[in-house]
Amino acid sequence: MTGEHLTELIIFGLLFLLVSGMGFVAARWRRPTTMESLDEWGLGGRSFGSWISWFLIGGDLYTAYTFVAVPALVFGAGAAGFYAVPYTIVVYPLVFLVLIRLWSVSHVHGFVTPADFVRARFGSPTLALVVAITGIVATMPYIALQLVGIEAVLKAMGITGHLPIVIAFGILAAYTYQSGLRAPALIAFVKDVLIYLVIIVAVLYIPSKLGGWGNIFDSAQAKFDKTPVPSDGILLNGTNQLNYAMLALGSALALFLYPHSITGVLASKNRDVIKRNMAALPAYSFVLGLIALLGFMAIAANVKPIVTDGKPDTNTVVPVLFDQMFPSWFTGVAYAAIGIGALVPAAIMSIAAANLFTRNIYREYLRKDATEAQEAKVSKLVSLVVKVGAVACILLLDPQFSIDLQLIGGVVILQTLPAVALGLVTRWFHRGALIAGWAAGLAVGLWMLYQIPNPAKGKAHFGGSAYPLGELGLDTKMTVYVGVLALAVNLVIAVLGTLVLRAAKVADGEDATKASDYVADEGDPKVKKELDLASST
Amino acid sequence: MVTKDSPPETRRSDRSPWNWLLIIPVVVPLLTFLFNSDGPRIAGFPAFYWIQFAFIPLGVLCTVVVYRATKRKG
Repeated sequence: MTGEHLTELIIFGLLFLLVSGMGFVAARWRRPTTMESLDEWGLGGRSFGSWISWFLIGGDLYTAYTFVAVPALVFGAGAAGFYAVPYTIVVYPLVFLVLIRLWSVSHVHGFVTPADFVRARFGSPTLALVVAITGIVATMPYIALQLVGIEAVLKAMGITGHLPIVIAFGILAAYTYQSGLRAPALIAFVKDVLIYLVIIVAVLYIPSKLGGWGNIFDSAQAKFDKTPVPSDGILLNGTNQLNYAMLALGSALALFLYPHSITGVLASKNRDVIKRNMAALPAYSFVLGLIALLGFMAIAANVKPIVTDGKPDTNTVVPVLFDQMFPSWFTGVAYAAIGIGALVPAAIMSIAAANLFTRNIYREYLRKDATEAQEAKVSKLVSLVVKVGAVACILLLDPQFSIDLQLIGGVVILQTLPAVALGLVTRWFHRGALIAGWAAGLAVGLWMLYQIPNPAKGKAHFGGSAYPLGELGLDTKMTVYVGVLALAVNLVIAVLGTLVLRAAKVADGEDATKASDYVADEGDPKVKKELDLASST
Repeated sequence: MVTKDSPPETRRSDRSPWNWLLIIPVVVPLLTFLFNSDGPRIAGFPAFYWIQFAFIPLGVLCTVVVYRATKRKG
């Protein structure tokens, strides 16, 4: 089996070694005087300009799992899987004004994580802890899913067993430990060049072999017409349109609440870098849309997903499509693009999760007088632990479990929106009400996810994120994304709770930030040291 | 670490009427009834797909206009 994939394997291996080398060398890139602080190790010195940020944030948001799972979804369900495109169009204008405020206030106060901000804004270590734990819990399965992306490629090359993944993540862990955020920033260049190359070739070359785009869409529709499921097809129907829009909106609201997205934003050197990137990042959405259409090409090319343990693994449709269509050496390049595409986000995610632990758990509860060097040390070690955890998730548990967890993770991270995103705009909410809203949103969200079956996969619970409104007593077959419903509950509780707590005159926290902090830019005075002294009580 | 030589300039703000332009690319791609149809096809692409691809430059355009129009002088 491996023999016929030898060329692919060699190309894949060479490119993988190349980026691993870059990962280690990255520590010397734009070399700081010392790596012993979170600003340097965890945020690359907060010095990245427009180009580096574009590659870094793009490499961070558009992950290997996205590249594998989105076309797999389109392959299985059709138009509904294309929500990734409106999702990544809507997100940038949506967060444009909010992210620059986050950057400014973090620049002034030296915040490293979203929970740092929440702590200072609402004077509540508990709320910060809630935000930090939510972030870590939502990120962990996301890292594990990057492994699923690599695994899909390895499967297509006929490699089974877990050893290659353990080795790949071992190398990744080592250079992230050494180089911090500089490693994924440097590797992101290679990743994106490969991805753009592969996708451009794929969309020019493959349709010509499959009788053109019209034929690709027609054969996809023909396949969906034969299935008994009413909701699939190359267009949406009456019941899933609302879910399509809400899933795109909910995912867009959630994206920049993920700690790894915020890490990428805070590493920018000024506000203009962020604004320019909000305009330039949609270039990736274009690529993502083309990648989604690979799902239809796979249908037209009669791709059969690889079967493991008796179950067809639809995540393998794109790797198998490449294998059928391209000469071996180019398939190797394509596989390397996906594999390296997993390393960049996995590194940033583990850094972000480690920073959350260090700043909002270790420093807050375990060692209040931690120095910058100690913070960096702890973060480096925790980033290793996080990766071991992710590998263990894949090795010990059913990968399906990670996919379920990731689905839950999106709903979970959305519940930090009132504290983090609305907190950037207004200080109206009471800290107690935000905690209550978070808890209520989480409970409702998890309950609804538990209720959703997936007959196609033979699952009674956690079968998807589209909640039928009929369950709420409405006379309709329409479905809505759980995250948006849970967020609505969260907001209602947070508003009512704030009114009640204000009326009852329950003490609210001090706001350590000033209005002018939110519009500060590069070169403006920082108040980092004063804040550290003032907030250590 | 603390550089306190230049006091913050006169009241800066992110407020601008241009910001309202950002609503267009947030709302339009979510209106599924605008594009949920097969025809007219362009180069084999059903309307559902090419229209959504066309929303990408729309989003870029609106964001660039807001960025240029609200850029701080100096």
